[in-house]
Amino acid sequence: MENISGSITYDLRKQTGIDVGRCYQCGKCSAGCVQAEEMDYPPNMIIHLLQYGTQANLDKVLRSKSIWLCLNCENCVGRCPMEIDIPSLMDYLRERSLNEKKQNKAANDIIAFHKSFLDSVRSTGHLYEVGLVADFKARTLHLWQDVKLVPKMLSKGKLQFFPEMVKDMHSIKGIFSKTKK
Amino acid sequence: MKIGFYPGCSLKGTSREYNESVLALAKALDIQLEEIDDWNCCGATAAHSVNKELSLSLPARVLALAEHQGFKEIVVPCAACYNRLSTTQYELAQDEEKKKKVSEIIGMPYDGSVKILNVLQMLQKYSLDTIKSKIVKPFAYKVACYYGCLLVRPHKVLQFDRVEDPQVMDSMMSLIGATPIDWAFKTECCGGGFTESRTDIVAKLSGNVMKDVNDRGAEAVIVACPMCHSNLDMRRPEIDKYLGEDVKVPVLYITQAIGLALGIEPETLGLQRHFVKVNTI
Repeated sequence: MENISGSITYDLRKQTGIDVGRCYQCGKCSAGCVQAEEMDYPPNMIIHLLQYGTQANLDKVLRSKSIWLCLNCENCVGRCPMEIDIPSLMDYLRERSLNEKKQNKAANDIIAFHKSFLDSVRSTGHLYEVGLVADFKARTLHLWQDVKLVPKMLSKGKLQFFPEMVKDMHSIKGIFSKTKK
Repeated sequence: MKIGFYPGCSLKGTSREYNESVLALAKALDIQLEEIDDWNCCGATAAHSVNKELSLSLPARVLALAEHQGFKEIVVPCAACYNRLSTTQYELAQDEEKKKKVSEIIGMPYDGSVKILNVLQMLQKYSLDTIKSKIVKPFAYKVACYYGCLLVRPHKVLQFDRVEDPQVMDSMMSLIGATPIDWAFKTECCGGGFTESRTDIVAKLSGNVMKDVNDRGAEAVIVACPMCHSNLDMRRPEIDKYLGEDVKVPVLYITQAIGLALGIEPETLGLQRHFVKVNTI
């Protein structure tokens, strides 16, 4: 039933190569997940919800905190007896959650960080850390966070004042424009 | 033979002591590293979290540049970059269509033939005997070798060390006179890229790692990842607050520990840049 063309689980499999139907709910992924206690649904529950193949459950997953809290530490897939690639599934679900504008509000800071990070890469070709932090602060208004770190980082020579640009910025711009969603 | 060098962004900024110590060690061991010209960021967690195609294209440009510049092998000290580059190479090797598409996105031919090595693999392949013969000051400390996530997982892609209880770093530390301890958090996550966005989570996860280190009496933590390092070192005040105790154990890159054993000056290895003072050495 769940693998019929057009169904949600079929679609997931087509997009990611992952067949959630293979999971037999042993729970090893959640047992080893360092983020499980922070999540609204631990990894095995995410898979369980998707196994039903209903739009309502898919929506729950796309609106969950869990998909954003996953650190992609790859512990779950390392221990899964069925080798279900949960981290890749999480990547797919995050991207889809953003595209469908269903992202959980509790993940705002995490998403802001990703966006600030990619903005830095888009404009310089590298991660420019000072720019990233400034951009993240502007997005989240966490203006005072880590202010105390700055003098120490300066004295340790850990801050780079000017971004080092990729010479061929044309190719970086091309990559971003061709992969734009 | 010259090996391509991909420092990645962290090594040019907050983790510059990793860069300094990798280069100093390579020089001492006669390994010729040459930076890949005009490299870009691998995209890290941010790219694969929000845009799959972008997360394959950014590393593919780096790999394509390395190919064009004639490198057969590249060394990638940052565990996160190593993981992204390896994952990209693996995924594109599975899917001809995707490979063609990514090649078109980056505007360069991409073959996927460059061999990607992390620092431990580089030392394993070229330098174990040289290291042994050049030790002037054994690193005689009790150490906790911390691999973190991205150096060993996923095994299917990286094919590196054991996933649950890796040994490569431990045996290298034994080689230079250290005593690696058995401990429970070798491959547990430090909180990785959440250092800015969810510092509370990093304090907890890195705190759990440091608690085990401290309880078992290790005198230093040895790492091979800039994110593990900055979380365990620069986030120590948050870790201490979470644990309710002051943990003084310093965190060293493996290249710094080996460098010290070979008699390279601590300043050359960037030890003065750590937040948690390395005063036992």
